[in-house]
Amino acid sequence: MKKLKIDLENLKNEGLASVSPMERREFLKIGLAITGVFAGGTLFSAVSNINRVFASPEEMAEKYPYKPHYSMVLRQSRCIDCERCVEACNKTNEVPDYGYRTRILERDVPDAIGMKREFIPVLCNHCNNPPCVRACPTKATTKDKKNGIVMMHYEKCIGCKSCVLACPYDARYFNEEKHAIDKCNFCIDTRLSKGMKLTACAEACPAGVRNFGDLSDANSDVYKLVHQLERPVWVLRPEVGANPNVFYMKG
Amino acid sequence: MKEPQEIKKSPNTSELIKDMKESFRTSFLTDWYSTLTGFLSGSKSFYVMLAIGMVVIYAGAMGAFDAIRIGYRHAYGATREVTWGILISTYVFFVVTSTGLCIVSSIGHVFGVKDFMPIAKRAVFLSIVTIMAGFTIIAFEIENPFRMAIYNVLSPGLTSNIWWMGTLYGAYMFFMIVEFIFLHLENHKLATYAGLAGLISGIVAHSNLGAIFGMLHGREYWYGPYLPVYFIASALMSGCAAIIFFTWLGYKITSEKMDRPMIRSMEVVAKLCTLMIAIVLFMIIWKIITGFAGGPGKTEVLKAMLSGPYAINFWVFEMGLGLVIPFILFLTSRWSNLNTMFLATAMMMFGIFFMRYDLIVLGQIVPQFHELGVNEYKGLLHYLPSFHEILIVLMGIAMTMTTFVLGEKVFQGHKSEIH
Repeated sequence: MKKLKIDLENLKNEGLASVSPMERREFLKIGLAITGVFAGGTLFSAVSNINRVFASPEEMAEKYPYKPHYSMVLRQSRCIDCERCVEACNKTNEVPDYGYRTRILERDVPDAIGMKREFIPVLCNHCNNPPCVRACPTKATTKDKKNGIVMMHYEKCIGCKSCVLACPYDARYFNEEKHAIDKCNFCIDTRLSKGMKLTACAEACPAGVRNFGDLSDANSDVYKLVHQLERPVWVLRPEVGANPNVFYMKG
Repeated sequence: MKEPQEIKKSPNTSELIKDMKESFRTSFLTDWYSTLTGFLSGSKSFYVMLAIGMVVIYAGAMGAFDAIRIGYRHAYGATREVTWGILISTYVFFVVTSTGLCIVSSIGHVFGVKDFMPIAKRAVFLSIVTIMAGFTIIAFEIENPFRMAIYNVLSPGLTSNIWWMGTLYGAYMFFMIVEFIFLHLENHKLATYAGLAGLISGIVAHSNLGAIFGMLHGREYWYGPYLPVYFIASALMSGCAAIIFFTWLGYKITSEKMDRPMIRSMEVVAKLCTLMIAIVLFMIIWKIITGFAGGPGKTEVLKAMLSGPYAINFWVFEMGLGLVIPFILFLTSRWSNLNTMFLATAMMMFGIFFMRYDLIVLGQIVPQFHELGVNEYKGLLHYLPSFHEILIVLMGIAMTMTTFVLGEKVFQGHKSEIH
C-alpha cells in the first residue's frame, strides 16, 4: 500500500480546537479518496469525467455511443465474497473449472480501522478502447457496434492469445472445449438475447454489488449510480487508457 | 560447377524465361546431381551429426504431437497469466536471427559492398532455415494454426500486429526463397530485386514483431516505441553473430580452408558485430535507467531481472555470454583470430537465446492487478518451461542445425563467385 509522502511529523500543530469532529471526518474522507488509499491507488478522476455537464443530448449520446450502452457498476464495499455470482456465471455460460469469466479478488488492509478486508469483483470491462480487439489478427473478438459488448466469434479464433496479453484486466482465457478464447459477454447470448434484463452474476448477487444496465439511459440504475457528485466512482487501471465500462464505488 | 551465363544487354520477357530455362537445365540440374554424389561421399562425422539431428527432431515432433493430444494447457508451462512462454521466445530468437542474416546478406547482395559478398549466400540460406524453424515452433504454440490460414485471409484484422506478422513474414520468406533460387540460377539482377524485397519486408516484419509487444498498452514493461527499434538493432547483432558462427562451422564440416576474401569478410562482419553489441548494450542500459524512474510495472521487473530470480539469466547469460565477453573477445583479438571469433559468436548465440526468453517472460511477471494490492497478485508470477516445451525448442534448434549441415553439403559450402 502506498504511504503518504507528506512529512507529517515536522508539520506544525495548529491545534484541533477549531475543527469540529464532523469536519475532521469529512476532511479525512476526501483525503483518503484522493490518495486512493481505500481504492488501492486506483482512484482517478472517473467522477470528473462522468459528471461533466452535457451541453445537449447529442453530446451525451457521444459520451455513451452505444444504445443500449451496457455497463456494470460494482458497489464494492457491499461484496461479501459469497461467490454466487461466479457460480451463476460458470453455470450459465458453461465456464470450465480451469477458467473464469469473473472472479472476486480480496484485499487485506491491516492498518485500516474497522473492517480490514475488502472484496473486489473483476470481469471484462467492455472497454470503449479495447486493447484486445485491436490485437486480434482475425477479428475473432470485436466491439459490438450496437451495444458495445466486447464479443467473441469463437470460430474465427486462432488461439494466438495476443488478446489475453493485451487485456489489462486478465479477463480472457483459452477454453479447450470451444477451442477459442472465452470471456464475459454480459450474458448476451445466454440471457439478454432471451429477453432477460440482467446478467447471471447481477441476478445472483444477494448484496446488490453488481448493478447492470444501460448507461445511455438517464433513468437506469447504473446511470444514477455513476452520476452523483458526492460519491467517488472509479475504474480499474485507468492509466492504460482503455476507457472501461465497469465502474466501482463504495456504499 | 557451371559456366557463367552471358549477361544480355536488354532482355525482354520471353528471352528472360528462355534464359532461365536454359540456366536451370544446364546449371541447376547438374548442380543437384553433383551435390547428390557429393552428399553420399560425406565424412563419418557428417553422418553422425545428421543422425543426432534427426533423432532430436523426431523426439521433438513426438513431444509436439503429444502436446496436441493432451492439450497445450496440460503440456505447456504457460498459464492464463504468463500466456507466452519459451515457445514464443524461441520463435522470436529464430526470426530475429533470420532477419539479421537477411540484413547482413543484403549489405553484399543488395548494396554491393564487396567485403560482405562471400558470406551472403550462406546467410540467405540460413535466413530461410531459421525462419522456417521459427514458424515450426510457433505452429505448436498457436492453438488453431489452420484457422489462421483461413481467417487471416477472410477476416483480416488490420490493426493487429499478429496479422501483419503472419503476412509480412510470409512475404519475407517468399522473397528470401526467390532470392536464393535466383542466386543459384546465377541471375544476379533478379536475385538483387528479390533480396531488396526480402530486406524491406523483413525489416517491416521485424519491427512489427517488436510492436506486437510494444503496442500492448496494458503491459508497462513492453509498451512504447522502444521494442520495434531494439528488435532491428538486435537483429543485426544476432545476424552478424550467426553468420560468423555458421561460416566457421561450415568450413569445419567441409574441412576446407577459407580463402582471403572470406577471411576478410569474417573480419568485417565481426567488426560490425562489435559495433552492434555496443549499440544494443547502450539501448539496454538506457532501458534500465529510464525504467527505474517509472512505476512498479517497470521497477518490479527490473528488480527481478537485476537482483531477483532472473539475475543469473541477465548477468551471466544475457550480459556475460551474450554481450560483454564476446565484445571483449572481439576487441582483444583485433578481429583477426577466427577461432576466437567463433567462440565469441557461439557464446552470443547462447546468450541471445536467454535474452529473448527474458524479454518475453519478464514482460508478463508483474500481474495485471498488481497495483491493486490484492492478496492474489501481491507477488510476481512464475513461469518455468515444461518438458514438452523444451522438446519443441530442441526440435527447432535441431532443425536449424541439421538443415545447415545438409546445406553445407548440398550447396557445396555456399561458394559464390565474386560478381
